[in-house]
Amino acid sequence: MEAGNTGPDRAVRRRLNLDPAAVREARELARHAGQPIVDMARTHTTVSVERAVLRLAGLHGADEDGMPWVNCLADAVRQSTGLEHGVALPVWDALLAGNYPDLGTLARDAVADKVQFRVPGGADAHAARGAAAEALAGGIARIDAQRAAREAMITQTSQPRMPWIYLIVATGDIYEDIPQAQAAAREGADVIAVIRSTGQSLLDYVPEGATREGFAGTYATQENFRLMRAALDDVSRELGRYVRLTNYASGLCMPEIAALAGLERLDMMLNDCMYGIIFRDINPRRTFIDQRFSRQIHARAGIIINTGEDNYLTTADAVDAAHTVVVSQLLNEYFGKEAGLADSQLGLGHAFEINPAVPDSFVLELAHAQLVRELFPDAPLKYMPPTKHMTGNVFAGYLLDAFFNLAGVMTDQSILLIGMMTEGIHTPFLADRDLALENVRYVREAAGRLGESFQPVPGGFIDRRANEVLGEAVQLLRRISDEGLLNAIADGTFGITRRPADGGRGLEGVIEHAEGYFNPARDILEDPERNLPGDSPSAALSEIGA
Amino acid sequence: MTEPAQRGEPGGRSPEPAQRGEPGGRSPEPAQRGEAAQIVRPYGDTTGDGRVQVSFTLPIPYGTPSERARAEGAALQLAAKMGLEPAMVVHAKGIGADFTFFIVYGRVTHLVDLSEVIIAEREFPLLSSAEVNLRIRSGLGRKLVVVGACIGTDAHTVGIDAILNVKGHAGEKGLEYYREIRVVNLGSQVEVPDLVARSAAEGADAVLVSQVVTQRDAHIANAREMASAFGAAGPRRPLLVVGGPRFDPAMTASLGVDKVFGKGTTPSEVASYLAYTLAPAALDPAAADTGGSAPATDIRAKPIGASA
Repeated sequence: MEAGNTGPDRAVRRRLNLDPAAVREARELARHAGQPIVDMARTHTTVSVERAVLRLAGLHGADEDGMPWVNCLADAVRQSTGLEHGVALPVWDALLAGNYPDLGTLARDAVADKVQFRVPGGADAHAARGAAAEALAGGIARIDAQRAAREAMITQTSQPRMPWIYLIVATGDIYEDIPQAQAAAREGADVIAVIRSTGQSLLDYVPEGATREGFAGTYATQENFRLMRAALDDVSRELGRYVRLTNYASGLCMPEIAALAGLERLDMMLNDCMYGIIFRDINPRRTFIDQRFSRQIHARAGIIINTGEDNYLTTADAVDAAHTVVVSQLLNEYFGKEAGLADSQLGLGHAFEINPAVPDSFVLELAHAQLVRELFPDAPLKYMPPTKHMTGNVFAGYLLDAFFNLAGVMTDQSILLIGMMTEGIHTPFLADRDLALENVRYVREAAGRLGESFQPVPGGFIDRRANEVLGEAVQLLRRISDEGLLNAIADGTFGITRRPADGGRGLEGVIEHAEGYFNPARDILEDPERNLPGDSPSAALSEIGA
Repeated sequence: MTEPAQRGEPGGRSPEPAQRGEPGGRSPEPAQRGEAAQIVRPYGDTTGDGRVQVSFTLPIPYGTPSERARAEGAALQLAAKMGLEPAMVVHAKGIGADFTFFIVYGRVTHLVDLSEVIIAEREFPLLSSAEVNLRIRSGLGRKLVVVGACIGTDAHTVGIDAILNVKGHAGEKGLEYYREIRVVNLGSQVEVPDLVARSAAEGADAVLVSQVVTQRDAHIANAREMASAFGAAGPRRPLLVVGGPRFDPAMTASLGVDKVFGKGTTPSEVASYLAYTLAPAALDPAAADTGGSAPATDIRAKPIGASA
């Protein structure tokens, strides 16, 4: 990458005197709090994990009512043999026994009740395992090929300088989204996020095909992913700059959307360990199990995850709850790394949401942003603009967005989601977006070098505040570690919303493994011997520009 | 940018000298400063100057000199049709190849007749949390039960959480904080039949529904669906309250609900409304004076964007 960039490719400037013992303890506590969750995720599966296996094996399409074949087939297996052994063993056994040409034909017969599923034993089991493993190896190879294609595209075009400018499109119609996304890229956007239709996170299936109807967003579908990535490839070549594509994995179908994102070469994915629980009332167990498998796929696909800590500050006070952001980031880091993500794939989130009426609000923002920067020096941090205190005074909002951009530049943030002065009033007008880009371009050009001279006084206000937040984070992590993460979530620790472990949507889709549970995709993703040559954290690092 | 010759001083004086005071017989004489003015016009820097600023985008290019001249002429034409005359294009900028953004200052020819302004009055007094609790205790003699939800496809719980969560909103604690209110927050994407059933099971006195998503007027359709479902469920339905940034309080009757709260509503307004409406006031000294001081004019009745 070019000189003057900030981010994972260069050593982060140390500006604070953080207590190294506190940092070590915080990570250790996060590991301790997360470990039981990982143990649970290792011994359980979900309907969406199993459907993702079928998607990776190439099953796509839907019946005449729009219900995807993966749902039909997984449901049929669940009703006959259950999913305790995984979907793969009964499915490939039936495929071999019935001499089916492909999974789609099997799914159609299964819906018509013409297939007798069983959990095979002996030689039949061996044959089914072999066939399934071969099918899944093919699917993972397609993800590997897309990862290589991304690297080739970046070589052919170029890697944008950081901070990357992240812009949202959300018309509901993929064919309207495409020209808007291309226009945004031409105006300077480095990352295009297509906001999903608002209902999608709670759908227990992934809709099919190109879609032209959505509510406050566009459905995430495999075909929409493909169309948008192709359009951004065109504009990337035109601009000589690789424009990334982002969508949202969080929700009831996290593993499946992760699989589709890998197959269609999305570059980043919203994937938070607790967002679905806190803000969408999805069952905590379901979320954590789905999350682990989805992140294993992201890790393989070279996708950067974006976590959703900014959301906590929209419901809680950004000063009082600053430490909950750090706690969630540490948990996201632990879960992410456990699933195989490299530091360079951890787009941990935070936000500029302190009430501007608070004295020294901007200085507090600098302290929080610099704390996060130094705690995660190798992570491509995603910094979110003000939303809560955008009052409708668009002129004051434009000023606040400029201060957000300035904080982002001064503290070497990696990805800036561009704030709109009309936040909270309407979906951005074309001109709102253009003015927002003008704002960030001005700040980046005018103050890009300010970071090199920004050195808070040791023991001064910023230094003290950062250490104070870190200390509060350690205290909260101790409590979570003692009482257990699921209990802490049930108590309303995050986002002031109480979410009991057996509440929320999707619990009925959680299944404990039986002896001999078989998931050939997970076997490949967890087996270091079967990784690509050079497919290591350092390869992931080179993907984003090291 | 526009040609310098075409530009005026932003927000400054009009190039036209005979601008202020005399509206040219088109309208009643604007009142003098200090009088109880019934007819007013916008104030730039001088009484009666009528000066305003607007910005908009037109789907026309701003590339060649002739395209620029045409674009600015188009902007001035629109301004004139909006009642801005004379107007100045103080800023024009191409956005991509096909669009131009304008900032226009001008003198608006329209007058505002204050006697024709319709004010939505708050029909209930704002009470403190202690007063709300007292009123419920004395008037109802039990806890007031509130069931809240986002209905339809709307998964944005920010609004309902801001009103219901202890944490609240805008420095005010949410309804969970009120000792005499029992809150059941059903969260997001609740189906209307489930909401009706749960409200009956909980013995809800009031149902609060928040709607953020407004594409294709989903908020209006959802509110009507809810109101008719409760209407069909029986004669004794709970108080129905909807809220969201794009609701207009004037829609109350057409939606079939009892109360609509727009953008900027705070928890104490909702709590006050519930206590005032559901708890009889006989024993409540706070409501003894029902004639004069209690109902307050709500100058925020027109939320931002509601008339856009």
